[in-house]
Amino acid sequence: MEKRNIYMDHAATTPLDKRVLDKMIPYMTEIYGNANSQHFFGRDAVKGVDEARDTIAKIINAKPNEIYFTSGGTEADNWALRGIAHAYKDSKKHIIISPIEHAAMLSTAKDLAKEGFEIEYMKVDSEGFIDLEHLKTQVRDDTLLVACMLANNEVGTIEPIKEMAEIAHSKKAFAFTDAVQACGVLKTDVKELGVDLMSMSSHKIYGPKGVGALYVRNGIKISNLIFGGHQERTKRGGTTNVAGVIGFAEAFRIAESEREQNYKYVAGLRDRFIEKVEKSVPYIKLNGPRGEKRLPANADFSFEYIEGESILFSLDLAGIAVSSGSACSSGSLEPSHVLLALGLKEELAHGSIRFSFGKHNTIEEIDYAVEVLKNGVERLRAMSPLFKIEGENKYV
Amino acid sequence: MYSEKVMEAFANPKNVGEIENPDGVGRVGNASCGDIMEIQLRIENDIITDAKFRTFGCAAAIATSSTATEMVKGMTVDEALKLTNAKVVECLGGLPAQKIHCSVLAEEAIKKAIEDYKSKKAR
Repeated sequence: MEKRNIYMDHAATTPLDKRVLDKMIPYMTEIYGNANSQHFFGRDAVKGVDEARDTIAKIINAKPNEIYFTSGGTEADNWALRGIAHAYKDSKKHIIISPIEHAAMLSTAKDLAKEGFEIEYMKVDSEGFIDLEHLKTQVRDDTLLVACMLANNEVGTIEPIKEMAEIAHSKKAFAFTDAVQACGVLKTDVKELGVDLMSMSSHKIYGPKGVGALYVRNGIKISNLIFGGHQERTKRGGTTNVAGVIGFAEAFRIAESEREQNYKYVAGLRDRFIEKVEKSVPYIKLNGPRGEKRLPANADFSFEYIEGESILFSLDLAGIAVSSGSACSSGSLEPSHVLLALGLKEELAHGSIRFSFGKHNTIEEIDYAVEVLKNGVERLRAMSPLFKIEGENKYV
Repeated sequence: MYSEKVMEAFANPKNVGEIENPDGVGRVGNASCGDIMEIQLRIENDIITDAKFRTFGCAAAIATSSTATEMVKGMTVDEALKLTNAKVVECLGGLPAQKIHCSVLAEEAIKKAIEDYKSKKAR
């Protein structure tokens, strides 16, 4: 059989849209000036960067001078958390974050705890929603920042960020959201969301890798993470990634203009996939919520009696690329912190696979993936000693 | 990250299953760590004539189970006790550093199965 080449890991990254590439190329070949240079090469470059900043500001309903370009979502997350903490450390040291944040947030928070900041974690329910009632009891007069992602990268839960921000503001704390998985997919209007800071990334929405942005509401102090020249109004040193920034803005513009049709199409693929998998594969659990509160691209399942990485490679052998938990944690042997926070037993957390669909996936690919998954899971269960002991009476 | 030999052993593992009334059984690991390996041996006159496995774990765990059971077939129990995880890794064309523990599990499962055989024999 011909080897298939099916990509179902769009939450990890996406292919570059050809239209985005076309827009980027001149900024690498002809308009190659340093955006900080005063001569005409530099002026042409900075014109492109300014337009990109305007485009992104408009999409998220912010002012251009509230947008700071970064090397990606991880830097934006690091900067938001550390930059706010350091800027306000003399007045407030209490930070509340969700336990299902990206490692960029959790690792930074752990490091800030070593510096004497008090880090408190929100509660989440079994579908991954943050507990707002409990959050009301967590916020204090000395709470500096309340942070939760807009949509979870692993289980797809879309969080009540507007409500979270209101609770944060009731104690004059700042509200931050990591919108890396959400921007270009959901509406990300910072005024509607009520957030003071928001991180974004380009490569999840068919843009280039290595570029992202942080929105910082005017009037908020933020310490530098990267010191250097006068780039980004002296707040972020380093030569501007001109082509990257242009590509990011173009990708975001396209994603926004096609948002509703892509949402509908991809959510349709997801629902077909979830329904078929639940019909044909026994002893599984869909992690995260269903319907509108779930990212349209995400289907995350735990499979009893077998381990996730072996499922990943079963699919890989059949030409389907997926992720086991978060791709960022694939170097570790620990089960996913997100699934554990949702209350899954360790063995079930070990047996999880994330499918994340994209605008180029087809219905035929979805149906093929269901077949491959069904057969792969059966094969692995036949090899599993747990299946014999725990499953023989349940599984026919 | 995985060698072709590992992927081949994962795709087409040998010796999957159980032996009827095995002479020795070794079960190691636990589900919360994400790896359980069970190896069953048929031993006649201190020679391993058959070996089977069932494994809950990653592709490397399944590949090492397959390879280790292949390697011990035909060995005497004393030879099999000397089988090290490094030999299994070598036979698989190497394993990523974080997967070496899978080969350790295979070595332990075989040792445990032989201990089981010896204790049964002593009874």
